[in-house]
Amino acid sequence: MPDKKIRVLVAKPGLDGHDRGAKVIARCFRDAGFEVIYTGCHQTPEQIASAAIQEDVDVVGLSCLSGAHKYLFPQVVKLLQEQGAGDIAVIGGGIIPDKDMQPLYDAGLKAIFTPGAPLDSLVAWVNENIHPRA
Amino acid sequence: MFTEDVLNQSSSLRKKWEDEVKKVVAKSADQKPEWTTVSDLPIKRIYGPEDIKDMDFEKDIAYPGQYPYLRGNQPTGYRGKYWTFRMFSGMGSAAETNERWHYLLKTGQTGLSTAFDFPTLMGYDSDSPKAKGECGKCGVAIDTIDDFQTLVKGIPLDKITTSMTINPPATAIWAMYLASAEIQGVPINKVGGTIQNDMLKEFIAQKTLMCPPDASVKLISDTVEFGTKFVPRWNTISISGYHIREAGATAVQELAFTLRDGMEYVEDVIRRKGLDVDEFAPRLSFFFNAHIDFFEEIAKMRAARRIWAKAMKERYKAKDPRSLWMRFHTQTAGCSLTAQQPYNNVIRTAVEALAGVLGGTQSLHTNSLDEVLCLPSDHAVQIALRTQQIIAEETGVANTIDPLAGSYFIEALTNEMEEKAWEYIHKIDDMGGMVKAIENGFPQLEISDASYRYQKQIDAGEKIMIGINKYITDEEVEIPLIEIDDSVETEQIARLHEVKRKRDNRHVTECLKDLAQACKKGENVMPFCIEAVKAYSTVQEICDVYREVYGEYRDPGIY
Repeated sequence: MPDKKIRVLVAKPGLDGHDRGAKVIARCFRDAGFEVIYTGCHQTPEQIASAAIQEDVDVVGLSCLSGAHKYLFPQVVKLLQEQGAGDIAVIGGGIIPDKDMQPLYDAGLKAIFTPGAPLDSLVAWVNENIHPRA
Repeated sequence: MFTEDVLNQSSSLRKKWEDEVKKVVAKSADQKPEWTTVSDLPIKRIYGPEDIKDMDFEKDIAYPGQYPYLRGNQPTGYRGKYWTFRMFSGMGSAAETNERWHYLLKTGQTGLSTAFDFPTLMGYDSDSPKAKGECGKCGVAIDTIDDFQTLVKGIPLDKITTSMTINPPATAIWAMYLASAEIQGVPINKVGGTIQNDMLKEFIAQKTLMCPPDASVKLISDTVEFGTKFVPRWNTISISGYHIREAGATAVQELAFTLRDGMEYVEDVIRRKGLDVDEFAPRLSFFFNAHIDFFEEIAKMRAARRIWAKAMKERYKAKDPRSLWMRFHTQTAGCSLTAQQPYNNVIRTAVEALAGVLGGTQSLHTNSLDEVLCLPSDHAVQIALRTQQIIAEETGVANTIDPLAGSYFIEALTNEMEEKAWEYIHKIDDMGGMVKAIENGFPQLEISDASYRYQKQIDAGEKIMIGINKYITDEEVEIPLIEIDDSVETEQIARLHEVKRKRDNRHVTECLKDLAQACKKGENVMPFCIEAVKAYSTVQEICDVYREVYGEYRDPGIY
C-alpha cells in the first residue's frame, strides 16, 4: 500500500479549557508523521463530527477533563454513525473514572487513555489499529 | 554584599572544594550529568558569595515592608496574621455548595473561594444546548441571583471574604454578589473579596472565552473603576499565573506572563479610565502556582514581589507603597499530582504548600489528594486543610519572616528568575503589549513548547514523577469518588425556568437593552449589570449582550 498518512482530528468537546493534554497529543501525533488537525477548545459534538467528515480523517481523538465525557464522547460516535461515517474511529482521553470505561467502549469508543499514558503508547495504538481509509 | 577579604577567602576555599569534587567525580560519576529544576533551569552544584556579590543590600534585599518588598509587604510577617486558609470549592447546586462552605468554615477555614461549573464560567445558562452534560460537574451552577442568594445563605458578607474564580461573566457574578450583600443589609463599601476577572490569562492558558481581547480588557477596566469608586475593599482582578503554569509553562514563563498581564491592566485603566495609578493599584492582587520544585517556587514568589514593586515605581510612577505591594494567593500544583498512588499527592501538596509559605503567600489553597480523579471528598479536603494548619502551627516556619533570605542559592536563583522574567517582559513590550502578543500567539506557543518538552522528558525518564515513570505499582487504591448526579442538571434547569416564569420579563428586557446601550457608548457596565441581575436576568442573558455588541472570540487552537 502506498504510504498514505494517517489523518487525525484532535478535538476538545464541551466547555472545559484544559487543553494541555490535547495540544501535547496533537504535537506528538504530528511528530509521529500523522496529519493532524486540532479544533481548539469548546467544540460541540456536531462541530466535531462535521469537521471529521469534511477533513476526511481516519481517527478522532477527544479530550475532556470536565466530567462531561459520559455525554460528549458517545454523542460524537453517534453523530458520525448517523452521517454514514461510522468507520472513523473515535478514541478519547482525560479524567475518566474506571467505572465509566466500559460504558464508553460499549458506546463505540475504540480506546481510552488516562493520565500517565506515555505518548509512545498512543502512537503505537494508532499505528497498530488505524489504517488510512481508501 | 561582601568585603574583598571574604570574596578572596571564598575564592580560595572554593578552589579547594572544586578540586575535591573533581577527584570524587573522577572515581564515581554523579548520578546524572545535568541537574535542573522542574522547569529545566540548570542548577549549580553549589552557590557561594560570588553568586550574589553584585547585590546591593538596600536596593535589592532590605527588610519586610521596605522597597523593593522582596521580603514581604507587611513588617510583621505571619506573626500578625497567618496567610488566609482559602480552599477552592464548589459543586453541584448552590445549596450543596453552601453546605460545603459552612462545613469548611466550621473546620477552621478563614476565607471562601468559589468554583463555578463550566457553563457558568463560559457565560451559558444551565439550559443552553452547550451546557449539556456539564451542569454542576466541576463547580457550582449559577444562573440567576436566586441561585446566588442560596449560595451565600448564612454567610456574613461583611465578615467573610469570598474569592470567585470567574472571568468572562465576572461583571454579572460580581453584580450578583453586590446585590446579595445589599439584600443582606451590608453596604457595598463594606464587602471584601476577590473576582479573578483576568481575561488575558484565559487567552493564554485557561480558555474560558467570550469576547475578543480588547473588549475583554475594557470590561475588566470597568470593574476596576467601579471598585475604586464604590467597593474599595474588593480586589477586582486576581492576576493569575496559576493556570499559565498548569497549562505547561515554566516557572519563569508563569512569572513573566503574569506580571506582564498585570502591567497591561494597569496601562489600560490609566489610558481608558484616566485614573491615577495610586487610586486603583493597591487593590490589584495576584495568584501563583506552587509547583513541586521547592526552591524554584520560593525564588519565583520572591522575584515576583521585587519585579512588581520596581515596575509600579519605575514604569508607572506609583507613589503609594500599597501600589507597590504584590499581594498574592497561591494554589499547589494540580498538574504535579498523579492518579496513580494517589496518597502520594498528600506529600506533594505539603511540600508545595511549604514553598508557598516560605515564598510569603497571603492566601493558600492546598489541593486534595483525590483532585486528579474527581471533586474532592470531605475527608480529602480535611487532610488538605490540615496540611496548612500543621505548617502554620506546628512546624515553626512562620516564626520568622522570609527565613531563606540571604541564602546564596535562594538569592541567586531569585535574581536569575527576575532577569529571565524581564527578558520576556521586554520582548512583549516590543511586540506592542500583551494583547498584541496574544494575538500573535506568542505566549501560547512558548507554553506549548514547554509543556511538550516536559512530557517528552517524562516519557524518557529524564524528569521523574513517582508512580508514572518510576516506582510504578499495579496495586489498585480505592479512593471514594464524589460524583455529581445528572439530576443536578434537571433540577437546576427546573429552577431556572421557575425564576424565568416568575420574573417581570419586560423589566428584564429593558435592563438588558440599557446594558447593551452602555456597552455601545463605552460607559461603565457595572451599574447596568447590578440592575439587570436584580431583575433576575441570567448570566447568559448578560453575556449574550456582550457577545452581541463586542463579538464572540473562538479559541484559535494554537499548538
